[in-house]
Amino acid sequence: MMNHSQSTGADYNYTIVRQFALTTVLWGIVGMAVGVLIAAQLIWPQLNFETPWLTFSRLRPLHTNAVIFAFGTSALFATSYYVVQRTCQIRLFAPKLAAFTFWGWQAVIIAAAITLPMGYTQGKEYAELEWPIDIAIAVIWVSYAIVFFGTIAKRTTSHIYVANWFFGAFIITVAVLHIVNSMAVPVSLFKSYSLYSGAVDAMVQWWYGHNAVGFLLTAGFLGMMYYFVPKQAGRPVYSYRLSIVHFWALIALYIWAGPHHLHYTALPDWTQSLGMVMSLILFAPSWGGMINGIMTLSGAWHKLRTDPVLRFLVVSLSFYGMSTFEGPMMAIKTVNALSHYTDWTVGHVHSGALGWVAMVSIGSLYHLVPVLFGHGRMFSTSLVNVHFWLATIGTVLYIVSMWISGVMQGLMWRAVNSDGTLTYSFVESLEASYPFYFVRFLGGCFFLTGMLIMAYNVLRTVKAPKDSLPALAEA
Amino acid sequence: MIMSNFWSIWISVLTIVVIVGCFILLKVVNKNYTGVEEGKSMGHEFDGIEELNNPLPKWWAYMFYLTIVFGVIYLALYPGLGNYKGLFGWTSSNQSIGTEKGLKADSAAALEAAKAENRLSQYDREVAHADEKYGPIFAAYLATPLEELVKDEEALKVGGRLFLQNCAQCHGSDARGSKGFPNLTDSDWLYGGDLATIKTTLMNGRNGMMPPKGGLPIEDSEIKGLAEYVIKLSGGEHDEALAAQGQGSFMKGCFACHGMDAKGNKFMGAPNLTDNVWLYGGSRGSIEESIINGRAGVMPAWKDILGEEKVHVIAAYVYSLSNK
Repeated sequence: MMNHSQSTGADYNYTIVRQFALTTVLWGIVGMAVGVLIAAQLIWPQLNFETPWLTFSRLRPLHTNAVIFAFGTSALFATSYYVVQRTCQIRLFAPKLAAFTFWGWQAVIIAAAITLPMGYTQGKEYAELEWPIDIAIAVIWVSYAIVFFGTIAKRTTSHIYVANWFFGAFIITVAVLHIVNSMAVPVSLFKSYSLYSGAVDAMVQWWYGHNAVGFLLTAGFLGMMYYFVPKQAGRPVYSYRLSIVHFWALIALYIWAGPHHLHYTALPDWTQSLGMVMSLILFAPSWGGMINGIMTLSGAWHKLRTDPVLRFLVVSLSFYGMSTFEGPMMAIKTVNALSHYTDWTVGHVHSGALGWVAMVSIGSLYHLVPVLFGHGRMFSTSLVNVHFWLATIGTVLYIVSMWISGVMQGLMWRAVNSDGTLTYSFVESLEASYPFYFVRFLGGCFFLTGMLIMAYNVLRTVKAPKDSLPALAEA
Repeated sequence: MIMSNFWSIWISVLTIVVIVGCFILLKVVNKNYTGVEEGKSMGHEFDGIEELNNPLPKWWAYMFYLTIVFGVIYLALYPGLGNYKGLFGWTSSNQSIGTEKGLKADSAAALEAAKAENRLSQYDREVAHADEKYGPIFAAYLATPLEELVKDEEALKVGGRLFLQNCAQCHGSDARGSKGFPNLTDSDWLYGGDLATIKTTLMNGRNGMMPPKGGLPIEDSEIKGLAEYVIKLSGGEHDEALAAQGQGSFMKGCFACHGMDAKGNKFMGAPNLTDNVWLYGGSRGSIEESIINGRAGVMPAWKDILGEEKVHVIAAYVYSLSNK
């Protein structure tokens, strides 16, 4: 049934894919290392060394920008450029423009790594970069769209594969989100003021913020999933019809969900209710992707025993399912009244970021790297396995500690004495959180160690002599 | 905020199109119109990947329908579709009532009208409920003179909790203050430490203001001397000649607030300069900074934020900190 007689890699532009694949590993390590440092700072504040650019406030945006836009987005660039060529059976459109997206994106990352610790920020979460960098991002992103959609237009296949629907939706929507939310009036080279004010500014920011999650971290990575899961499992996609329903419903609903970040704020009541309702209806379409991915393994479940790469992909889908159940639940106003502003939110984000985004990227990279560098497999499959367990344990430690800490904080903040005064002061809830901060730090260390092992494994694979790493015989 | 009809209709139509659209999409694709037998390949192939025409999982489709039904019911009951108020007439706060009919000047009247019609926001209801439940406890405290209240262990505990939630942000959890925020555990008081004065301070707030150079014709060249004199006043190691120069500058008018003996003036909150308590730091640099730029300290008025009942209890607690 499966047709393996494909054209060889020689026809495709792999240079750009290789570049982005390797920088994904590099930026993953950098971004996660900063994350581990700031997790440690929450327990041992003296780790800021009384140095302004080493303080939590400056490194936290560096961490989020590095993992989302340097690590995650590099992974999306690598896989989308690879997948669009292979599933359209054509070389990448406008190779020079594609090269520009690589070098341009690296320049943006470097600019972010310099300006954020210096304290230059627009003060918008996940959109901190100042206006000159924002303009550069817009130019690169439009170039990305031209390369991607140009390749689709030139395709030699009759249909457009489902992975490309998701990549396409991600590329278009992120362009719109970024440009609209970053609209600002510059007053100097490194200072600007948002074009919006008050509740409108907050709404635009979280329309952007939630859809950075929805379109970059969800739709983009679903695109990745739709290629690498069936490919690694060697099985057909479970349901074409399911992919139609969940794709269109997902992109139609996600864009409405932003207001759930602003429950019980100055946002008008109707906007809050609407955000909650759309977030709830989003639940089923989100799970559509998980079901389609996991059911694709029908008839290939035994491969999980021997293939740690497939294990990465399947576990990432499980975490995806967990986060996308948790998200709509937390969007319910009554639940949000407890969870908002607590560590529960931080845990929820990392269940998606570590469990889904990082794991599916890592799994895809372990599939991709041998292909890109002309090998049959990674240098060491057992190191991939070690990485799998480090990543899984790290993620579980992180999210479980944040669940407990978050729910505890929420309950402590709302506990009331018989005289109506609050039972606990804020500082008491902070003190109670320390043990969980330590477990979270530990989880981060596990995850980062896994990434370092990956870097070693990738390096050895890249440097291995030709034909020294033949594919293992199928079990 | 009330939006114009155009935007209200715009957002309502978009909402309904998206929700009904999802419903139709689900209903249509749930049936097999592909012309391919269920469970068989769709016949396209991409880099070796085929797609099967499996039906949507039943439980998943029902779950999707269920969330749509919930959404429709919720939007009927609660505000969500533009200006439509929802069958429950629920509002979280008085935010929109105040601007009803677009009349800003009418806010207070609109609020009163809403309350008269029993259209209370959730916030109002919760406050009313809390007042009803806890009001009598604090009314009883208010009826107790402060001199009695400071002996009531239970009241001091309540005051301590109120302090932690409302005052600790500036004065610290241990009430020892920090730069610019007075330590409340010592017996040094800017405005006086008797029970009645403490309560007045809490009720009405205080605005501590020292103008740059005291608003006096003091030359930049005199600053070092003045600082030296201030250090001498508090018994620090100093240069006698420089301090003598500074004393001359002090006599240009600093005494008007700080007093001839430099022991301060509680009526205006001018600090005593002869002790070793420093609100803004006692180093030469900090003292010079205070003289050159002046200082402005604000304690907010709490009577409208917490009400006199709670202020009364906190005053007793604050007094107890330095009067064990």
